[in-house]
Amino acid sequence: MSGFAQNTFNGLVSGAFYALLALGLAVIFGMLRVVNFAHGAFYMLGAFGAYVLLTEAGVPFWAALVIMPVGLGLLGMALERAVIHRLTRLDPLYNFLLTFGLTLILQDLVKLRYGVQSSPYETPSLLSGTVNFGLFDFPTYRVFILGFAVLLCVAVWWVLTRTRIGMVVRASTERPDLTRAFGIDVGRWVTPVFGFGIGLAGLAGVLAAPMRAVNPLMGADLIIVVFAVVVIGGLGSIFGSVAAGFGIGLVQAWGEAYLSNFPIVSQTIVFIVMAAVLLWRPAGLFGREEAPA
Amino acid sequence: MLRIENLSAWYGEAQVLRDVSLEVAAGEVVTLVGRNGAGKSTLLRCVMGLHSGQRGTVELDGRDVGKLPAHRRARLGLGWVPDDRGSYATLTVTENLTLPPRVGPDPWSLERVYEAFPALYTRRDSAATMLSGGEQQMLALARVLRMGARLLLCDEPTEGLSPLLVQQVGDLLREAKRHGVTVLLVEQNLHFATGVADRHYLLAEGRVAEAMDNSEVRSRERELLAYLGI
Repeated sequence: MSGFAQNTFNGLVSGAFYALLALGLAVIFGMLRVVNFAHGAFYMLGAFGAYVLLTEAGVPFWAALVIMPVGLGLLGMALERAVIHRLTRLDPLYNFLLTFGLTLILQDLVKLRYGVQSSPYETPSLLSGTVNFGLFDFPTYRVFILGFAVLLCVAVWWVLTRTRIGMVVRASTERPDLTRAFGIDVGRWVTPVFGFGIGLAGLAGVLAAPMRAVNPLMGADLIIVVFAVVVIGGLGSIFGSVAAGFGIGLVQAWGEAYLSNFPIVSQTIVFIVMAAVLLWRPAGLFGREEAPA
Repeated sequence: MLRIENLSAWYGEAQVLRDVSLEVAAGEVVTLVGRNGAGKSTLLRCVMGLHSGQRGTVELDGRDVGKLPAHRRARLGLGWVPDDRGSYATLTVTENLTLPPRVGPDPWSLERVYEAFPALYTRRDSAATMLSGGEQQMLALARVLRMGARLLLCDEPTEGLSPLLVQQVGDLLREAKRHGVTVLLVEQNLHFATGVADRHYLLAEGRVAEAMDNSEVRSRERELLAYLGI
């Protein structure tokens, strides 16, 4: 029983990362119709930035947790203004080329300076050690990640469903042209939404630094699963991306624990689930077929 | 209030409007009639600023708005009532109503909207696309009235509605007119058109073929219906 609880807990923690990354991809896709293949690179930059801030400037984790998302969010906004916005009128292939190219550039810039070896990042002292909820000892830091990610997802959901900004974002996502005809400058929201999505990726990166190996390729490894999550949840669906994020974290953890005799299955289970979901619901679990503009 | 001069529009290579000129005075209700494909909807989209690929002049209150994006035109008082009713699935009925900013001198309050449309009030927290077709049409009209739009651009607001609902749409447009609202209306239903409108333009193959008043439309109804193919 405690083994199951532990696997479930670890699954939810990985799921928290998937959820944060998929959430950012979902809001960006919804507003810009751009699939941001560079999302993993920004996650990596978040982790690397935290590492560099600590080792070269002595900036602690808690400060990095604010500085990196904000800084990367601003970088994202600059990139949106400089290049991403040109994608709207182009063939989707350019979307892939540009954002994938950005990934390679960002990864190699980091490699150039820091190499490919992993760097350790110490868990902040406040969150070291374990907490015991009765079943087993939970690492405090992982409990923090899970709580923080859930809180963040709830906050984003609240903003999207309960505020005027959220209403404008939903309307612009669903029918951009119509929303313009109702006096709303849809274009004005595109850059901040892109920056926000990138900021979330950066935040996930900072959170990952103390528990995952910090290296230039950490985002590339993760993003493949995140795209499976986004497809399962339904491209552009906010709720779907979060639910599928946590769900896939669980599936992966359970698969590794209980199907370890079948490594072929346990290592590909995410994609097996994805294929099954797509056969059953081609638009993903919570996706809608594209509405006419 | 609205002046269109030598307006031409294209979809790719195909020209759908050819040198259209027309005027709508403040407080008037004017309809555009014509066969499918005559360019009526395109004309409305050009006025709203939703159609790229156009040439000519669109003036609102003497101001050339041809270069303004749609959201700026809306803020000058244009109210958009699209042919598909423009309901948002991801917004509740109340959100659909309150999405546009107030732009005119005499916007309806939300209370007034709900008093006039009890059906919308009872469904106020539902997704707008869950409403019936008639209710969605009322929502589309109520939305631009709550905006306080001064010139409504309505694309076939009676299409697919029961006679009772058609009458309600008519009542609503007449009430808007009483409060000084101007309406440019695409309409196939000639009975309805003569009941609410002051004047009519017949569009044919992208041109204004004729300008008619109500008595002319009534006296030539058979001929017009045959022409329109209804």
